Amino acid sequence: MTILNTSEMEAIAARHPHLLRPSFWQRFRVPIIAVACTLYFLFAWWYFAVGKVMGEANWSIAGNYLADWVSYEIRPQIEIESDGAMRIEYPRFDPIGPNPNPEWLETRRETVTRTIEIPASASGNAGAAKPSSSFMAPAPQAQQAAPQSPSHETRTEEIVTEAVVSIGRSRTIEVHPDRVVLTRGSESVTLRLNRRSGEVRPDGALPSWVEQRLPGGRAVAYFGTSGWAEISAERVRIRKRFLGWANFLFDTSSPFFGKPASEIATLIVSGDRIQPDRSNLSLAWNNILYNSEWQHLDVWEKLLQTVVMAFIGTLFAMLVAFPLSFIAARNIFANRPANQIAKRLFDFLRSVDMLIWALFFTRAFGPGPLAGISAIFLTDTGTLGKLYSEALENIDEKQREGVRSVGASPVAVQRYGTVPQVMPVFLSQALYFWESNTRSATIIGAVGAGGIGLKLWEAMRTNSDWENVAYMVLLILLVVFIFDGISNALRSRLIGKDRS
Amino acid sequence: MSISTVRPVLGESGRMIERHSRQLAAQRGFYTLLSVVLLLCVVSGSLWFANETNSGKFFERLPHLFDFVEDLIPRDGMEIWRALFDLPSPYDDGSFKYNYPEGRAYLGDTFYIPEYFHKMVETLNIALVSTGIGLLFGFVLAFLAARNTMPNPWVRGFVRRIMEILRAFPEVVIAGFFLAILSLGPIPAVVAVSIHTVGALGKLFYEVIENADMKAEEGLRAVGANWLERIWFGIVPQVMPNFMSYFLLRLEINVRASTIIGAVGGGGIGELLRLSIGQGHEAKTLAIVLLLLLTIVAVDQFSAWLRQKLSGDQAFNAI
Repeated sequence: MTILNTSEMEAIAARHPHLLRPSFWQRFRVPIIAVACTLYFLFAWWYFAVGKVMGEANWSIAGNYLADWVSYEIRPQIEIESDGAMRIEYPRFDPIGPNPNPEWLETRRETVTRTIEIPASASGNAGAAKPSSSFMAPAPQAQQAAPQSPSHETRTEEIVTEAVVSIGRSRTIEVHPDRVVLTRGSESVTLRLNRRSGEVRPDGALPSWVEQRLPGGRAVAYFGTSGWAEISAERVRIRKRFLGWANFLFDTSSPFFGKPASEIATLIVSGDRIQPDRSNLSLAWNNILYNSEWQHLDVWEKLLQTVVMAFIGTLFAMLVAFPLSFIAARNIFANRPANQIAKRLFDFLRSVDMLIWALFFTRAFGPGPLAGISAIFLTDTGTLGKLYSEALENIDEKQREGVRSVGASPVAVQRYGTVPQVMPVFLSQALYFWESNTRSATIIGAVGAGGIGLKLWEAMRTNSDWENVAYMVLLILLVVFIFDGISNALRSRLIGKDRS
Repeated sequence: MSISTVRPVLGESGRMIERHSRQLAAQRGFYTLLSVVLLLCVVSGSLWFANETNSGKFFERLPHLFDFVEDLIPRDGMEIWRALFDLPSPYDDGSFKYNYPEGRAYLGDTFYIPEYFHKMVETLNIALVSTGIGLLFGFVLAFLAARNTMPNPWVRGFVRRIMEILRAFPEVVIAGFFLAILSLGPIPAVVAVSIHTVGALGKLFYEVIENADMKAEEGLRAVGANWLERIWFGIVPQVMPNFMSYFLLRLEINVRASTIIGAVGGGGIGELLRLSIGQGHEAKTLAIVLLLLLTIVAVDQFSAWLRQKLSGDQAFNAI
């Protein structure tokens, strides 16, 4: 080990001043850059008014929207009439279907003689107008006999006098004509309904999961993930949430709706024909494809459009960029003006955004995949052309020289001297773009250029079809991952594992 | 001078080799033909499908392809400049088509920023902020995903899967979801572009880290440095130029991406472009296209110059 004396040390220090006496910038660049970045982010915070927007945001619906991705609600509404009879109704398009009789809603019925008012216009079709009035169904004859003017009539019928909704494990709502008993775990509260004054009064203090804004006003009881209920003096509105996607295969108008899987299988294999002109299998398949809520066929078709847009757009872009890049490469086509024209063409195609091309071609071809193909084709011709011509300018000249020295024609020089060097890189880049365009095709679809993007956008705009959004996102992720795999496998075969 | 060709007489094994090589060549030709035919089938099928499901048919629409050019000719050339710089138009009839001065954003009494410049700056800011966020999170995640810095395969696999999902999740959906919660504005666009950028940069970054020279890290390990010190002093100085280069490349891409997200409701210049094309405001459309084109070219040139400075001649071509 050598030992340095002071003068040698000083000599070394004099030779390498930049190491021992770093400049101000070298010494403090990390904190300076960190401070600059922080300042910029603070500026952006102010510029985008992040604090204000976050404060005004509607965070409570965010939870609902997220829950809608993987679950659905059934919304029974229990109307309490003046004499204590209850009507249980469901909204028209509730996923529970046209003949609801769920296990989680138990009713006690009594046969009583009661006086009811019959409105004049609705007398004839009262039963048909209310699609979910099946609880009242046992008394159609009495309605037929109703006179045409509003009148009071006394009749004997079966009515619901008590309803018990089990909304989750040990969570129930018991609805009586004069009170509602809410139970959540060990806690329980009774709300007295006063019909005459229209007030809801709790017995004792309210637990934390029941909210009543005004004394005597409507009360809202939250049961966590399993739903909530709104109680007012005349009706109880219940939202019961179920995990899963409702009616994913058959919608409520299908004859297979609500049947267990084994029964459907038997029907398809050996059952009598539901529609005489076609087999049950084809009917079932048709019902699945044209499911009004999930629109499977339409979604698949749009997804295929997106895939086709990316595939055809990239393929054609590669086919066009390939010859043009030979013209753009300085070392291959020794003509400066031609090089420059080709390069500026690439720059132009690349710089006019995919969005602009998409908007223009949507006007030219009408909305649909042709616009998307054209937009991807033009943008990628620019990008691939640029990348290809740069790759060509970096090739090894020795192979071309070798081919040229044996007297090959110019075309043969390129074919045997250039193409074998660049082809793997070209193909690998085209594959990369194919894969990344599958993603960008989704976005430009949303501005009208065809594919699943628009469908996604429409589903999101309604703010009530988040489960359809989840379904489409899952399909997109699946397709992207599959193409990722294919493209990676092909690329590592083309250019070797270490370079992919 | 005469050239005599000598045909060598092949021996038993030579003939076998010859036969074998011919067989291989024939097989190869057959497979090439097969894949070309297959590709042609797929391509023509795809084209037919695209044409069939499009609202206008390709050959019917082809003569009208350049109809939109007619919709793009303003009443005179100066209109484009007036639209770009928010100057009053002589054709002003109170409609939205010629109301250029209404978009002015005043700073002080007389100095104003024209609307499109203002919106372009907003779009650039969306891109810059989201690329910055992507850099920050991608930087952290990449060290947890690289084989040489994270020995635990479970953590590595988990982080990689997360990045894959972030990358593949459609940006439209993220933007749409946040639009529903936050109402219109640039923040949904920032969130959407950032999430994608974290995934994309994270992947590029961990590939760079895996190619880093581990000798510096080994030296630090030998003197007893902990994980953070080994990373910060051993690996970060090596990979930083490449990281910055990828950051700049991503910035170029994100300027385009934030324009597109803007068009679906995320604010910025994209929204104005979609509106003005949709309503047939030709001078406004041309002004925006011109501004967008110039900005993208400027950003590309700037980033190419900076990358050249950072990583020398081996600047990245591949995205």
